[in-house]
Amino acid sequence: MSQVTQPSLSRETHRPKTNWKTYLKRYWTLYLLLALPIAFFVVFRYIPMAYILMAFKKNNIIQPPWFVPWAKNNGFEWFIKAFKDKLFLRSLENTIKLNLLDLVCGFPAPILMALVLNELAFKRFKRFTQTVLYLPHFLSWIIISSLALRLLADNDGLINILYKQMSGNNDAVIPFLSNPDWWVGTYIGLGIWKEAGWGTIIYLAALTSISPELYEAAAVDGAGRFRRIWHVTLPGLRPTIVVLLIMRLGYILGSEFDRPLALSNKLVTDVSTVISIYVYQKGINGGGQFSLTTAVGLFQSVVGVLFLFGANFLAKRFGERGIM
Amino acid sequence: MIKSKYTKIGDLIIVFVCLILIFICLLPMLNVLARSLSDTQYLIRNEVLLWPKGLNVEAYKTVLNNDRYVHSLWFTALLTVGCTILSLFMTVICAYPLTYDKLKGRKFLNGFILFTMYFSAGMIPHYVMLSNLGMLETVWVLVIPSCLSVYNMIIMRSSFYSVPESLREAAEIDGAGPIRTLVQIYLPLSKPVLATLALFYAVGRWNGFSDALLYIKKTRELYPIQLYLYNILQNASSGEAAAQEGFAMPGLSETLKMASVMFATVPILLVYPWLQRYFVSGVTIGAVKG
Repeated sequence: MSQVTQPSLSRETHRPKTNWKTYLKRYWTLYLLLALPIAFFVVFRYIPMAYILMAFKKNNIIQPPWFVPWAKNNGFEWFIKAFKDKLFLRSLENTIKLNLLDLVCGFPAPILMALVLNELAFKRFKRFTQTVLYLPHFLSWIIISSLALRLLADNDGLINILYKQMSGNNDAVIPFLSNPDWWVGTYIGLGIWKEAGWGTIIYLAALTSISPELYEAAAVDGAGRFRRIWHVTLPGLRPTIVVLLIMRLGYILGSEFDRPLALSNKLVTDVSTVISIYVYQKGINGGGQFSLTTAVGLFQSVVGVLFLFGANFLAKRFGERGIM
Repeated sequence: MIKSKYTKIGDLIIVFVCLILIFICLLPMLNVLARSLSDTQYLIRNEVLLWPKGLNVEAYKTVLNNDRYVHSLWFTALLTVGCTILSLFMTVICAYPLTYDKLKGRKFLNGFILFTMYFSAGMIPHYVMLSNLGMLETVWVLVIPSCLSVYNMIIMRSSFYSVPESLREAAEIDGAGPIRTLVQIYLPLSKPVLATLALFYAVGRWNGFSDALLYIKKTRELYPIQLYLYNILQNASSGEAAAQEGFAMPGLSETLKMASVMFATVPILLVYPWLQRYFVSGVTIGAVKG
């Protein structure tokens, strides 16, 4: 955020002392405007933070946490319990595994796509291609899971119908959704399908700032298409790539909710249960383990913030602008 | 750019790659569209691929005759319009004062708001607090907790920043107060970003289902369309689900499910291409400055 405020901060430095009366007379409406949003943040973002106290108290779903006695082990009972719970450890592992795979496979996809789009010589066709590539971003995970089921199901999915016809064997099936290993691939693939096209926007915007003279100079020097991409386009994208990569690293322990919930099925819960799903099932969906799940959520939030600060620090270390 | 002959072949290869990408993007949609327009018997025999067989629109008629589905569709449409208007209002009144250099406490307020983007209390504390407020099972739980997104507020703020300071100063000299400056100068100049944010909020509400899943369990009239679809598509015993959701026939035939999916998808597909040039700039502002 700092880069937004910087120019104005420098303007602020040599300001004469304000006369409060005229200041307020002139600008009180600004505070009036802010009252509602600030109230919103206090009530719906900060007050819930007070309820984090539940993580250190006995499990009690009726009374507000401040009236409930402390949990065992100096209040850390639920954190200890969580790290002894096999299901939690598995969901932690799944979260990290799926996020890392998402990063490795999903991060380069929009870059490659943007390179292809950038090479496209026909303006109208380029615009049309972009419109189509943005489409999946606007579909919900519920819709996508139903699309995926019709496409990839074992028996009546489009791909398996074709596969059976081509192999001539009626039992030949690719278990996209029913085998845990294949499911992980499907999960990652659908993530790329949904967001890669949308992700090109930021790279294409960065590409417009590369001077055409660089391309002309490269062409004069006899560089072909690939050498131009390698020596002109990719270096032009470097700052954007670094910033986005570091932001992604910061979210390595974050977990989506809609995506695993919509795509999961009974056969693959071993690999599909991520932290958010664990919290939902143990806490709200019948489990009633509010203290335990609050503790897990707190662990996730705190580690998330630490990763984000670490990533931001790294970005600045590499001479990039960082994100905060 | 200087072109030689051999690059023409390269251009064709690029076009070919793009055609493949387009095909991959559209393939699942075409498949579902074909299934929704087909006769059930061809579906059972696995004969429908990308082109409908036994073309008919019975499924669409049945879906439109299902009161619960139509109710959910209308409810979600109204909810989306209401939420979008409220969210835009909140975003504007939050972003605008923060663009004033002279605003006392601006730095603190910025930090106060941005902190919520990086640290969240988590699912359970939010749930318990909303439960204590008595908001569960009401329509407000779908509107208020998500009515202001920090990310979108940053986009709005960046857009306001790009309005020349001299315009504001001129307005102030002419005696316009901050609100008048906002309404008569800033908002008209920010129409593209307002359109982008309206799209983001509307798509978020139309596609959102996790808040409804968490906060609304018993009150079926408040099921947004995505939660409704989740119930008929995901439940293992789809016969039971179908009965619950008001489709009278035993089990929910494949074509009906597909037609339901199409109805929930089409509104967005009709809107987003028209806003493309706006949201492209909106995303760019948000990602670079965010």
